[in-house]
Amino acid sequence: MRHNRKAFIGLVALGVFAVLAVVGPWLAPFEPSMRSNALLQPPSSEHWFGTTHLGQDIFSQVLAGTRSVVFVGAVAGIVATVLSVLVGVTAGYLSGSAGEGLSALSNVFLVIPALPLIVIITSSLPETSNLTIALVIGLTSWAWNARVLRAQTLSLRRRDYVEAARANGESTWRIVLFEILPNLYAVIASGFVGTVLFAVISEITLAFIGVSDAGGWNWGTVLYWAQSQQALAQGAWWWFVPAGLAIALLGTALSLVNFGIDEYVNPRLRTRSSLRGVHMRVGFTPVLIKESS
Amino acid sequence: MSYLLKRLGFYLLTVWAAVTINFFVPRMIPGDPVQALITKQRGQMTSEAVRSLYVLFGLDKDESLASQYFSYLGQLLRGDLGMSFTFFPSPVADVIGDGLPWTVGLVGITTVIGFFLGTAAGAVVGWRRGTWADSLIPVTTFVSSIPYFWLGLVAIALLTGPGSFFPASGAYEIGLVPNWDWQFIGSTVQHGLLPAFTILVSSVSGWILSMRNMMVTVSSDDYVTVAHAKGLPERRVMLAYAARNALLPNVSGFALALGFIVGGTLLVEIVFSYPGLGLQLFQAVGAKDYPLLQGIFLIITLSVLLANLLADVAYLALDPRTRREA
Repeated sequence: MRHNRKAFIGLVALGVFAVLAVVGPWLAPFEPSMRSNALLQPPSSEHWFGTTHLGQDIFSQVLAGTRSVVFVGAVAGIVATVLSVLVGVTAGYLSGSAGEGLSALSNVFLVIPALPLIVIITSSLPETSNLTIALVIGLTSWAWNARVLRAQTLSLRRRDYVEAARANGESTWRIVLFEILPNLYAVIASGFVGTVLFAVISEITLAFIGVSDAGGWNWGTVLYWAQSQQALAQGAWWWFVPAGLAIALLGTALSLVNFGIDEYVNPRLRTRSSLRGVHMRVGFTPVLIKESS
Repeated sequence: MSYLLKRLGFYLLTVWAAVTINFFVPRMIPGDPVQALITKQRGQMTSEAVRSLYVLFGLDKDESLASQYFSYLGQLLRGDLGMSFTFFPSPVADVIGDGLPWTVGLVGITTVIGFFLGTAAGAVVGWRRGTWADSLIPVTTFVSSIPYFWLGLVAIALLTGPGSFFPASGAYEIGLVPNWDWQFIGSTVQHGLLPAFTILVSSVSGWILSMRNMMVTVSSDDYVTVAHAKGLPERRVMLAYAARNALLPNVSGFALALGFIVGGTLLVEIVFSYPGLGLQLFQAVGAKDYPLLQGIFLIITLSVLLANLLADVAYLALDPRTRREA
């Protein structure tokens, strides 16, 4: 991982967010919903990110909100990845109408605009919690990865070593689990990271339009209150800047990890600077790559 | 031709799926939302409107699920999407009719411009791999992970305010009556610039990244090397050889990504109080206006499908292989 700088930086940043998700609510200097007399204060040494119209500490809100964001991202990512592997690999491996049907199903889910769909489902649910939001996002956002996995499986299932396994009389289950799946790990990992990013942005967007865990905080709820209390008109930039930057940082970290995976799968994508020239590192033999264009 | 027919069949299937989702989702709503509305409106609803709402919510206990489903389909075919709670007594179809032109104008135009700009920039960046152009990648990565609506908030904070050219909200000057005179069109353009710019900045970066990756993959292919060896001018190799082929996955990616993009851009409308479907969606969520929510979902899905169909036609024109199969 060391020689893939992008992925390394991304993973470190993700680790920081994961730690904050666990300890954030305890680290927060104030109770996120607690009101005080310091109304709409700009950042100061006491309130690092300033305060809201009710005197709530925005730093504490952002810190405490990390947990919900990471939780929803992880749960939705896991649910969607499991579904996409089930649907995608099955659709790719099965020939005939079953495979076609599954493929059509994922295409239908892909074309239907995800966000409005998530909005109508979550706002019709009897109660919205982080878990239900994560499940709805996970259940509606598996289609893209299923499509990618199906294409990969299609190209794998006619390879010689799979044919050989089949000729040996290996069971279908064994072929799929031990011959095909290991070759899909990179694709699955990159799909998982992409889905987590989508889930995080969806959760924040939902919270921003007013669908969120009752009583809980996440970065989207901070922005929701900033928007509904006219933070902009009052010049309270500190109200929405930290939450937005947190989203962008988490998003960038996820994208960096994904670039790392992409470059691992497709070496052509590596930027020259990381290939060209001699990087003297202990333990590595310097390799000069020829110019190809 | 058979390619298009196949796609048409698929879109019909998708419409059916969307309608069916729309039919089942309201059945999860706890309690009796229609009764709540009737109480709120204190008997101002006609019995016909009440009946149509009961069909929409599936609260018609006397009917079986199947017959409920068919009366729902029949209602949709007549263009009856029910009554809006927030804009009562306007029917949902009228409310959406007011918002749709603004959304199509703003989101439609900027999405298409963003695609062309991003693809062109991505082609150049991918072709000049290893030069300064690579430094654009971290920037676009960062920008593409920012939610559209937050960028809109920042744009409002930085660029609007007393004495600024850019208005912070609305689609036209308050007091103007929508018509086709120059004053109104000018005002519309002035109000649309900032939201359009926001959408452009955030949507362009995704296309730059995907086009760059395709260009990089394609530019080390043999036919590009051959074109170079033939001594063709650099521009020609880049545009007519590499970009020509790298474009195909980007066009099909455009069709697939539309559903995601439209979701994000609708949020920009909320930030700018732009009177399109996104703002209506926001109001509908706040007021628990289920018929409006469903209507908007249905119309957005239909629009995305229509745009997909257009992208298919473009793909058909760009890729000769799809025509030969016919």
